Amino acid sequence: MNNILVTEDIVKNFGDFRALNNISIKVPEQSIFGLLGPNGAGKTTLIRIINQITLPDSGKVYFDGNLLRPYDVHYIGYLPEERGLYKRMKVGEQAVYLAQLKGLSKAEAKKRLKYWFDKFDIGAWWNKKVEELSKGMAQKVQFIVTVLHRPKLLIFDEPFSGFDPINANIIKDEILQLRDEGASIIFSTHRMESVEEMCEHIALIDRSNKILDGKLTDIKKEFKTNSFEVGLVTEDKDVLLKELNEKFEVKPADFRSLEDDLKLNIKLANGETSTDLIKYLNSKAIINHYVEVIPSVNEIFIQSVNKNS
Amino acid sequence: MNKLKLIIKREFLAKVRNKTFIIMTFLSPLLMVGMIALVAFLSKSSMEKSNFVAYVNYSEMFTKDDFKDTNTIHYENLTEAGLEQAKKIVQNSNHDGLIFIPKKDSIEQLASNIEFFSNESPGVVLISEMENTLTSKLEKEKMKQLDIDLQKLKKSNVNVDIKMSNFSGEKSSKLINGIKIAIGMGSGYIVMMFIIVYGAMVMRSVIEEKTSRIIEVIVSSVKPFQLMLGKVIGTAGAGLFQFIIWTILLFTVLMIGSYMFGVDMAGMQTSQIPPDQLEAMANNKAQFALNEIFKLPLLSILIWFVLFFLGGYLLYSSIYAAIGAAVDNETDTQQFMMPVIMPLMIGVYVGFATVINDPHGTVATVFSMIPFTSPIVMLMRIPFGVPFWQIALSLFLLIITFLGVIWLAAKIYRVGILMYGKKVNYKELYKWLKY
Repeated sequence: MNNILVTEDIVKNFGDFRALNNISIKVPEQSIFGLLGPNGAGKTTLIRIINQITLPDSGKVYFDGNLLRPYDVHYIGYLPEERGLYKRMKVGEQAVYLAQLKGLSKAEAKKRLKYWFDKFDIGAWWNKKVEELSKGMAQKVQFIVTVLHRPKLLIFDEPFSGFDPINANIIKDEILQLRDEGASIIFSTHRMESVEEMCEHIALIDRSNKILDGKLTDIKKEFKTNSFEVGLVTEDKDVLLKELNEKFEVKPADFRSLEDDLKLNIKLANGETSTDLIKYLNSKAIINHYVEVIPSVNEIFIQSVNKNS
Repeated sequence: MNKLKLIIKREFLAKVRNKTFIIMTFLSPLLMVGMIALVAFLSKSSMEKSNFVAYVNYSEMFTKDDFKDTNTIHYENLTEAGLEQAKKIVQNSNHDGLIFIPKKDSIEQLASNIEFFSNESPGVVLISEMENTLTSKLEKEKMKQLDIDLQKLKKSNVNVDIKMSNFSGEKSSKLINGIKIAIGMGSGYIVMMFIIVYGAMVMRSVIEEKTSRIIEVIVSSVKPFQLMLGKVIGTAGAGLFQFIIWTILLFTVLMIGSYMFGVDMAGMQTSQIPPDQLEAMANNKAQFALNEIFKLPLLSILIWFVLFFLGGYLLYSSIYAAIGAAVDNETDTQQFMMPVIMPLMIGVYVGFATVINDPHGTVATVFSMIPFTSPIVMLMRIPFGVPFWQIALSLFLLIITFLGVIWLAAKIYRVGILMYGKKVNYKELYKWLKY
């Protein structure tokens, strides 16, 4: 798979403070790439470098196979976390202006805007001033403006903030559709469930350093602990628990179940397999619930950041 | 380049469509004409108000004939009532005052012993008019005493009028000097006002982009420098547009005003002269002034004005833009405003103080070279004729400084627009220059 964007050893200093320390990431084409990290880690600085708002002190950025050029801003759509619109300007006029700055002609901008305004059913706002819109309404306009010039690379920084769940869902579906139509997406957020749901690749930046990156499924495999969550129906829970404690590393677990079963999290030692565990458990009790414990992005995030500090 | 045009257009329209802008554009000339009309009306009516003065004359030097009514003073003879009685009468009536001329032997003594009594302190004009009347009478008396022939004295009156011209033969006059001062001071003042008003507008526009948080969206499409330049140029365009409208409106309203209210501007200073004579004089004067103005190198003055005006405006408005980028709201701009306003003020004051008296003196020359004051001071000097090399050097220095300052301002600007919630001081700004 080709990479739409590659950064190589990006370094950026602000005075004595190093904001980015040799950051290298690869964003594959036509996929959603999660850029994660605690507040102040350097995500926004990296995004600004990709958008050519800030220049790196050293390091290279490749876009679509070539070194990033000034003209490439036309192929990138950016929805910053700190976003807004000219309050006293009319919605339609403003959208056309911003589209023109991205290189669209006035006529083309109007045509495409009509499509999007119809799609979101907001055609009536065209002649309203932005200050008359609610925050969620303005966010919709902002989203449209970001994607209007059909960029190859879309960068969304907290795209769902300010949206109610229904509209957040509409936006999520639009993002997925844009990916299906060929766009590559960098997605920066603190909402881990969105990452879980949408991202195929992630990179984790903490205190100016990249501490983790790769395909999400690979990372999860790496982080899994060979643990299994089990629900066992037995007559004497205490006896079984004692036996299991002697053989495995056992912790209590919590999940929904109809039976009054023994809920446990069992960690296997190296070399032991799931088959061994099932065989053993099957001989002791009725297995009501059996699932491999897959670490969530949230857990991976917290674990990695804690380890780094 | 195309994007710069888009930005300029947006900035221009955003300013011009603003309600405050529209209201100010159409209200200011009305206010100004209103003010002029009010001043004219007030000074005219106070001129026409006549004073009612009583006199008690014990001296033989003065007769009734010396107290003839004038346009502004109406005299009443209370000599027969005596001084004490006259004082009482005047105090309890609507007289403006009582003038008392005692009996003295010598003219000198008399001259220093005339008194004026009034309830309220009298106007300077009234006193000086009475002094003039009395002085000319006493002078005549004195001349008689000294046996000076009045007729001969009148004939001996000579009035010298020095004709001024420079070595290339161009004639000038006192009037043209006044016109030069007016043009110079006027253009210097306009430059200062324009910079302060529209520079602040640039600054507010930058702050607005910061607080509305649209800035990051914009700079992901255009370079911060393009945005800053577009803003500066667009705002200047709106300012010039406003100036053009004002000029047109001012002339129209003035003409309508003078027609409707009959405020005769020329008549204000010379109301004592009969109307027909006055009109002729005013016409001649206007004709003369017009001729004199056309003798000035108007075209080159205009070209220099435009160049220095642009240089000064671009220099200062880029500083204003940087200040706007450095702060989060307008109240934080105070600490940075002083160093911007100061040189402008110094320019205007130095100009007013030195250029009028000595347009080519050391102080005026130096300040017309310093780039932060030169757009004002040099423009004030130019009508008096400045050597070309001086103007060229000054303009060169201005352009060099302007390029340097706009480069620094752009650096501060590109860092500042993306910086929120930071209390900025000069040390911080210096650090930004190195980012």
